[in-house]
Amino acid sequence: MSAPAAPALWRLLPAGSYAGRARMMMVRSATASRRTWLAFVSGFFEPLFYLLAMGTGLGSLVGDLPGPDGQPISYAAFIAPGLLAASAMNGAVFDSTYNVFFKLHYARLYDSMLATPLGPVDVALGEIGWALLRGGLYATAFLSVMAGFGLIESPWALLALPAALLVAFAFAAIGMAATSFMRSWQDFDLVTLAVLPMFLFSTTFYPLSVYPRWLQIVVECLPLYHAVELMRGLTTGVVGAGLLGHLAYFVVMVVVGVVIAARRLDRLLLR
Amino acid sequence: MSDALVQARGLRKSFGAVEAVRGIDVDVAPGEVFGFLGPNGAGKSSTMRMIACVSPRSAGTLSVLGMDPGVDGPRIRARIGVVPQLDNLDAELSVRENLEIYGRYFGLPRRHVKEKAAELLEFAQLTERAGDTVEELSGGMKRRLTIARSLVNDPELLLLDEPTTGLDPQARHLLWDRLYRLKREGVTQIVTTHYMDEAEQLCDRLVVMDGGVIAAEGSPAELIGRYSTREVLELRFDPEHRPTAEALERHAERVEELPDRFLLYTVDGERTHGDVVGAGFVPLSSLVRRSSLEDVFLRLTGRTLVD
Ligand SMILES: Nc1ncnc2c1ncn2[C@@H]1O[C@H](COP(=O)(O)OP(=O)(O)O)[C@@H](O)[C@H]1O
Ligand SMILES: [Mg+2]
Repeated sequence: MSAPAAPALWRLLPAGSYAGRARMMMVRSATASRRTWLAFVSGFFEPLFYLLAMGTGLGSLVGDLPGPDGQPISYAAFIAPGLLAASAMNGAVFDSTYNVFFKLHYARLYDSMLATPLGPVDVALGEIGWALLRGGLYATAFLSVMAGFGLIESPWALLALPAALLVAFAFAAIGMAATSFMRSWQDFDLVTLAVLPMFLFSTTFYPLSVYPRWLQIVVECLPLYHAVELMRGLTTGVVGAGLLGHLAYFVVMVVVGVVIAARRLDRLLLR
Repeated sequence: MSDALVQARGLRKSFGAVEAVRGIDVDVAPGEVFGFLGPNGAGKSSTMRMIACVSPRSAGTLSVLGMDPGVDGPRIRARIGVVPQLDNLDAELSVRENLEIYGRYFGLPRRHVKEKAAELLEFAQLTERAGDTVEELSGGMKRRLTIARSLVNDPELLLLDEPTTGLDPQARHLLWDRLYRLKREGVTQIVTTHYMDEAEQLCDRLVVMDGGVIAAEGSPAELIGRYSTREVLELRFDPEHRPTAEALERHAERVEELPDRFLLYTVDGERTHGDVVGAGFVPLSSLVRRSSLEDVFLRLTGRTLVD
């Protein structure tokens, strides 16, 4: 977000709902995660297992695929950025939906926080921030693994890390906004229904060209598609103005998500 | 009354069609322990949440520490402590971390919070349990921890919503003792309860609340003096030979009929007992006691506090 955009965004948020202490919520999450480190660490292995199983296993059957610029690249190099994008999405969505719903309705955690100077915006930003931090750690680890396997073709790949953070931010913000509308655990089937097909069809495992045109258009609307294309462009070093379009997509998601999440939390918590 | 820590005029709270608080006037002076006594659903928690700046008021005026909760919520919350009706401790943190992290929400430095947590653990008699998770604590310990947590920012005003509901007598007395100490240290407290003994023990001044309105206000002794007699004679009868309330009325200032007994309000319980027996009534059992806030509530609302 650029500097002039900030005050405009500011006015969309409920008054008096931000104490500027979202960081303290992240301190809390970090302290709590010391006791649940296993769940924390497991988030790193999921994309790694996919990379090994699909990249080497399936990859030996598939051979090379055309990269973003049409040049052939190995199957593992093709799916690795896709998995990076998908893990950014999955981690952020899990943190901002299931975890937030539990804290909101069962642990009454946010109620206790709002008895302090913290406001709903601190809560929303703090939770999203934590999801980001976690996503950032996973992305760093995964990028290192990619480098180790020789799947990084360009120094542009360094930018895949901030890109992964932006993607995670966007999914966490939207996830939290969606969670604020959910009434029961049944509603979370909708999350699975949104996330799983997106994971499978957003050019994570094969290029867009395999689809008929109408399905291509559908896929091109999905956020994960933009994340995958963004990552793939960066790790393969095929960088063009098109990447800015993908970035813009996520900036819009962030703004819409944060504003809705903060407003809804305000309504839900300050009754 | 301009030095009141909390001042409400015509304060109201509605949830859709439900009117939880229907226009109350309240003044809480610095240093006092102020009580809301009332049964479930009286609107006590709704009032407390408005004072705690976590629930916008529907109508009326409210000032807390001289500020408007609708405008200065975060600034007010920085200076008050809140013990909610239901414990909402952080189950993912240890007992000590619950205090330390909570202090950080107030923007207090890490060092300060560490010292404060040690002091509060001692105050709550939880030093030995500092490393445990919250689930391992008993109900009384959780309540003590919640109270300790509410003190982490050295509040000027402490809001306690039913601090001892659901606790055994021993745990209650320990908690009351901690609240006395805080009172001696000059911490203003607002307490809600549906226990008349708790209200009598803790409160300098209280309001009797029912159906979202205030029925009476005063110190426990004043209220008893105003709405009840000095003594109460409780009489139980064999259902076969149970007299009517009217038949007993000529022997006391007032008679209340409860499902299992009669309450005869009188200056001298022993004498009234003699009169009743002399008139030929044979109670199964009788008891003379001093009037309590329970009697005040019964008089004001026609109902018992805890049913
Ligand atoms: N969030 C809410 N939504 C709808 N009704 C509520 C809500 N909170 C309280 N009420 C209603 O307001 C009334 C007063 O409740 P409350 O303030 O909790 O009373 P008390 O604390 O004295 O038991 C009750 O009828 C209760 O059902
Ligand atoms: Mg209540």
